[in-house]
Amino acid sequence: MCGIVGLFIKNPALQPELGRLTSLMLKTMTERGPDSAGFAVYGSPASGQRKMTVRGISADNIGDFESGFLKAAGGSANVAKHQDHVVLTYASDLEPAIRAFVNGFGHGVHFASSGESIELYKGVGLPEEVAARFDLEKMQGTHAIGHTRMATESAVTIAGAHPFSTGPDQCLVHNGSLSNHNTLRRRLVNEGLTFETENDSEVAAGYLSWRLSQGDKLDQALESSLKELDGFYTFVVGTREGFAVLRDPVACKPAVMAETDDYVAFASEYRAFADLPGIENAKVFEPEPQRVYHWEHAA
Amino acid sequence: MSGARNTQFFDLGTSTLRELNSTLQKEGAEGAWEIHNPAGRHSLAVGLTNPVSVTIDGHAGYYAAGMNQRANVVINGNAGQGVAENMMSGSVHVKGNASSSAGATAHGGLLVIDGDAGARCGISMKGADIIVRGSVGHMSAFMAQSGNLVVCGDAGEALGDSLYETRIFVRGTVKGLGADCEEKDMTPEDLQILTGLLSKGGITDIKADEFRRYGSARKLYHFRVDNASEY
Repeated sequence: MCGIVGLFIKNPALQPELGRLTSLMLKTMTERGPDSAGFAVYGSPASGQRKMTVRGISADNIGDFESGFLKAAGGSANVAKHQDHVVLTYASDLEPAIRAFVNGFGHGVHFASSGESIELYKGVGLPEEVAARFDLEKMQGTHAIGHTRMATESAVTIAGAHPFSTGPDQCLVHNGSLSNHNTLRRRLVNEGLTFETENDSEVAAGYLSWRLSQGDKLDQALESSLKELDGFYTFVVGTREGFAVLRDPVACKPAVMAETDDYVAFASEYRAFADLPGIENAKVFEPEPQRVYHWEHAA
Repeated sequence: MSGARNTQFFDLGTSTLRELNSTLQKEGAEGAWEIHNPAGRHSLAVGLTNPVSVTIDGHAGYYAAGMNQRANVVINGNAGQGVAENMMSGSVHVKGNASSSAGATAHGGLLVIDGDAGARCGISMKGADIIVRGSVGHMSAFMAQSGNLVVCGDAGEALGDSLYETRIFVRGTVKGLGADCEEKDMTPEDLQILTGLLSKGGITDIKADEFRRYGSARKLYHFRVDNASEY
């Protein structure tokens, strides 16, 4: 069992509240996933700049990591520290070099996400503690996606926590289990994708990234995943502009949505919406199985 | 809100769910109750056996009014999975939408949903009357044994799969029938039953002759001697 939440802000006046509201939603989903939590927050992109979130930073490796990164990235680069995560900012054209540096660094350091606006944090512990660790409450942005995990198939580790990010500014959270992920992973590896874990949800994220890299729009990528992914799933997917929801045909994993003029919210259970502003008058509905729901900000 | 005199109030912002349920379940509980700040909590007003009237003022989580007996529960909002599951008698009225498995295994009583119901509405129902003003999701009335399911809107895929003897009435379109479910002729007896149900559900703007009737083809649950060699 897991809890998933998502919040897509329509009214810019609410953007400063994104982190606080997401944090409340995550906390309410603790009973569905008390062992680890994670979230991706989409802030405003700066032109010509990229951001990369990296985890596994400690007092032992931060010195070498930071000097190595600054050497690779040159003058305008920046390192923002958030506990065991750092967010690197650098010129867009250095993306391959920075990715190679992070992947090659070792010492427990792992790539988490990269893109123009995504930052991605995850950790072991109660969702409330994980959110507090990274000061989620203070984060601002256009949309956010979160996950609370109750591990049933694999160990309680940061690597197994969601969201998974397998493409620029893309991330996915998943409640359910896929049965054809090994076959699909092999196919995607042949297509040139790399995977960090043995996790089924990462394969779903990779599949969508692959479709998007082949020119699909987000809704098209999700339509084709209905044909290719076998198993149980409710997905919430984030891209730089967008936010999408998809449930498998059987739809045994719960989902509820709420929409007002100010936002669109997703959660595993209605309880997670109880603190959202104006929820009393929101349109609250259950997303239908096999139907792609998506919202996008103008690019 | 009823606003009736002698209505007792319960605020879940200040009291616990357990206090609420044990108060309503206590022997001799009676009268009208209004529950404030439900905030989508699960298991609201469950296991009631007293003839109380309960109004939940807001959205409810999973299993609201589950196992109901004799109580009349109104939800002024949406209900999560399994509303009125295993109801024995009494009534449950959802003013908004209901999620999946509404009225699952319900033996008796009346469940009215003003909005839509999700997947598996009336799954394995055993005698209750379920009236949905909107539409129902896929696999509704799966293995339903007795009672009546009335859908004023549309039904999703695999309606009435592996159906026993529940009567199903649908006014709109049916996306697909499940195994052993078929359309039947609407008999005068069916029309009479349906007219009574619509009136019980407070539905006055829709007439019984606008519905189609579905039921079991009875090929699946009767033993067929031709298949004896399979065993």
